[in-house]
Amino acid sequence: MADQNSKLYQLTLKKASEKLKSGEISSLDLTKAVFERIETVEPKVGAFITLTKELALKQAKESDKRRVAEKTLSEIDGIPIAVKDLFCTKDVRTTAASKILDDFIPTFESTATQKLWDAGAVLIGKTNCDQFAMGSSTETSAYKETKNPWDLKRVPGGSSGGSAAAVSADMCMAALGTDTGGSIRQPASLCSIVGLKPTYGRVSRYGVIAMASSLDCIGPMTKTVEDAAILLNILAGEDESDGTTLPIAVPDYQKSLDGNIKGLKIGIPKEFFGEGMDPEVDKIVREGISKLKNLGANIVEVSLPTVKYALAVYYVIMPAEVASNLARYDGVRYGHSKAKSEKRKAKSLEELYIDSRTEGFGDEAKRRIMLGNYVLSSGYYDAYYKKAQQVRTLVKRDFEEAFRKVDILATPVSPTAAFKFGEKSGSPLEMYLSDIHTVPINPAGVPAISVPAGFTSNNLPVGMQLIAPQMGEEKLLNVANQFEKIAGITNIKPEL
Amino acid sequence: MKFRTTIGLEIHVQLKTKSKMFCRCDNESDKAKPNTNVCPRCLGMPGTLPVANRQAIEWTIKTGLALNCKINEKSKFDRKHYFYPDLPKGYQISQYDEPLCRGGKVDLRSSIFGPRSVRINRVHLEEDAGKLIHKDGSSYVDLNRAGTPLMEIVTEPDINTPFEAKKFLQELQLIVRYLGVSEASMEKGHLRCDANIDVKDDKGRMSEIVEQKNINSFRFIERALLYEEKRLQEKYLDWPKGKTKVTRGYDSKKDSTYEQREKEEASDYRYFPEPDVPEIEVKSEKLAPSKPEGLKVKSNGIDIEKIKAEIGELPEDIRKKLESFGVAEDIREKIASAPDHARYISDAKKVSQSLASWITNEVTAEIAAQKIRYEDYKNNVPITHLSDLLALVESGKISKNSAKGIFKEMVKSGKRAVEIIKESGLEQMEEDSGLEEIICEIFKKNPKEHQRLVDGDEKLIGFFMGEVMKETGGRANPGAIRSIILDIKQKKKG
Repeated sequence: MADQNSKLYQLTLKKASEKLKSGEISSLDLTKAVFERIETVEPKVGAFITLTKELALKQAKESDKRRVAEKTLSEIDGIPIAVKDLFCTKDVRTTAASKILDDFIPTFESTATQKLWDAGAVLIGKTNCDQFAMGSSTETSAYKETKNPWDLKRVPGGSSGGSAAAVSADMCMAALGTDTGGSIRQPASLCSIVGLKPTYGRVSRYGVIAMASSLDCIGPMTKTVEDAAILLNILAGEDESDGTTLPIAVPDYQKSLDGNIKGLKIGIPKEFFGEGMDPEVDKIVREGISKLKNLGANIVEVSLPTVKYALAVYYVIMPAEVASNLARYDGVRYGHSKAKSEKRKAKSLEELYIDSRTEGFGDEAKRRIMLGNYVLSSGYYDAYYKKAQQVRTLVKRDFEEAFRKVDILATPVSPTAAFKFGEKSGSPLEMYLSDIHTVPINPAGVPAISVPAGFTSNNLPVGMQLIAPQMGEEKLLNVANQFEKIAGITNIKPEL
Repeated sequence: MKFRTTIGLEIHVQLKTKSKMFCRCDNESDKAKPNTNVCPRCLGMPGTLPVANRQAIEWTIKTGLALNCKINEKSKFDRKHYFYPDLPKGYQISQYDEPLCRGGKVDLRSSIFGPRSVRINRVHLEEDAGKLIHKDGSSYVDLNRAGTPLMEIVTEPDINTPFEAKKFLQELQLIVRYLGVSEASMEKGHLRCDANIDVKDDKGRMSEIVEQKNINSFRFIERALLYEEKRLQEKYLDWPKGKTKVTRGYDSKKDSTYEQREKEEASDYRYFPEPDVPEIEVKSEKLAPSKPEGLKVKSNGIDIEKIKAEIGELPEDIRKKLESFGVAEDIREKIASAPDHARYISDAKKVSQSLASWITNEVTAEIAAQKIRYEDYKNNVPITHLSDLLALVESGKISKNSAKGIFKEMVKSGKRAVEIIKESGLEQMEEDSGLEEIICEIFKKNPKEHQRLVDGDEKLIGFFMGEVMKETGGRANPGAIRSIILDIKQKKKG
């Protein structure tokens, strides 16, 4: 029994759920196993900012009681889940990996996490990420480095690097992430897990610390596509607290997983296979596409001509929204404040603002605040922000056009596998370019998923990105699931 | 030297919706302790999102329609950025280039300046900030007011005298009160006004434009502008060459204005479209009935026809209507300037001078005396019941005096006049019902006064009429008494 328990942490969400249902294991067994695993590997990986063991054990016991009373809430009742530290969790410290929210304990719960708790899930802890989700390596976190479980000298990707590493290292059954320009998909690819960015508006953003409001998406990061479907079932839906959620009924995504993809048209956008691609990554993704072909899909080359402008569009719109969304961190009501500081209290209002923000924000946040305020300044607005919005419409239209011809697009997630710490953090531009394949998806608002596709000669994971039209999650998950099966690498785990 | 004054107004009207503009907090904070009427949303907590108040949007459109504005089919909110401790998010959600309403007008009539039309540039919707309280050398932030819906109404510079400015503001207050969208009390800050004034001479030269901020009473707006108009005329030689703008405050104690320190840099609010609130679509076809508060706007558009149907009569409609019935101007104005009275008469087919003056006098007095709400009064005494009562007076069935008593009873009990008369036998006595005997009796009791009456002292008619009224409990018809008194007097003489 003890031996069996020690491997419980390796279970997929689905498997764990089945074992809970059959009575083979309890949520307390599962949760304890996960924490034992955390004790062993977390010192090496550093995926969490906050661990909530006490709360988790309490939630696990409650789940077990419900199960005995036959009042189990859902398929994920009793399942240990990790949450990116960008989701506000009531009474649990929430930092956005920034010193400016170092002591912030929300009085309210985000809609997404509330849905998890309402379904009986167990909170393992809050995972590390890039500060305010700004970055592609989790290196901009004010708290710690998160290592890639596949190579501890390398980054896990970002910004949801902590969540990806936690899932990959079996420190939770699944995790939540956020994706503004690839922050779910890129770390999923770099850590060999599944990362789903749903359609913009499919999952409520309420209570998730905003980075760029018109681009931010909430999604699951899981061991399998099936697990992602299970979580999306719970997360998706219109929310009265978020006016941008779509009033469209939520289907049962699990039911869409096993459709035959024979004859399905899969588009290969040539713009995603250009310069800067690592040849090994290119090869793995192309092999992945061949596997889809072997399943009977029609592979069609397509073109999205304006996609080459998407990164530029993104780096105008995103910082503009960042500058605005980060204006509330002023040291007046919560967070790091020079009004409270015993040693050196601010002497004026201006000093309060400047000192609180200067000390509280990291370099990347400051860089984007400056960029954003610049593009919104009077006299520059038309040339930058307005123009970017116009081009954004064209990017959207490109995707719409492509999806008139094909059902799904298949592309690389990241031009390279996981890179080493410090390799790109010195050059913001190089870091930005590492998101070139994931960024265009967000301005278009369409759903996309990263599915493990293979490994480089250095044993570094490489994912494939599948993209579907707006609200096309069912088709997306179906293709992803078929691909996952044929790729057959879900069970390959990092050695820790 | 001949001068011409130009004034434009920017008015903020606090909407009296049930909840705040973008959250579900109570919109009524007047009596709440500081920072008790707040939630994560209006505190600007991380991750919280605004959800637009449908009622506020509909009321702004309603106001726009009442001000003859064009309603934009598509409208959006924008973020206006600046740092201040009373602004929780670091930006105010407002409307920049696509306000809900554009291009209206308000017609004013006055015996002093005649008919005047003031054009409306725009009406938009935004959220209010909190308040700073400065006490004991410290500053405190109260965010109860943060997120309150504010409607901003901007006029074109069509106003030429401070008196007109005051008149316009009063008319606007009346209109929003008629619409039921705001209490519009200046004292409570529900109605706030900024004024822009400049003076031009007949050679085309122009003074600086002076902006006067946050004037909080009708009297002060006129006085502040009068002071400023005079000041600008007097310093005519110092007028600037180009177009300049300054901000001045009004000191009501000194009755003068003073220069306010300008920010060193030109303010740049870095407006951009609010990504958290979907665009507002205004449709003219009929839509399914909507829940009033706290709903997302995008799930179904705003139905303009439904809003139009809710507008009802406006002050000018009431004035015109009363004028057509021949009601005197002072009474017309009294009724038009009281939205309750105006709504009361809206059901009446005809409003006579006597009905109108009864409303302004007796109705007002009785509601105050019985300490009841206008609604309760209206339930007990619909306008038709009041018309019936006055018809009884006009036909001579009852005296005006006893009508007052009956009216009191109508307000209390909700009974109709005829019922009360029947129950208490208050029907007026006619000449043949012993009135002559009563009068003779009274003459006997007051021989001296009677003699003086006979000698031609007409003042005593009033005295005897009063005595008869006392004796009959007010039931006697004054006309009848008078004619009998004169009759008997004549007989005596003869």
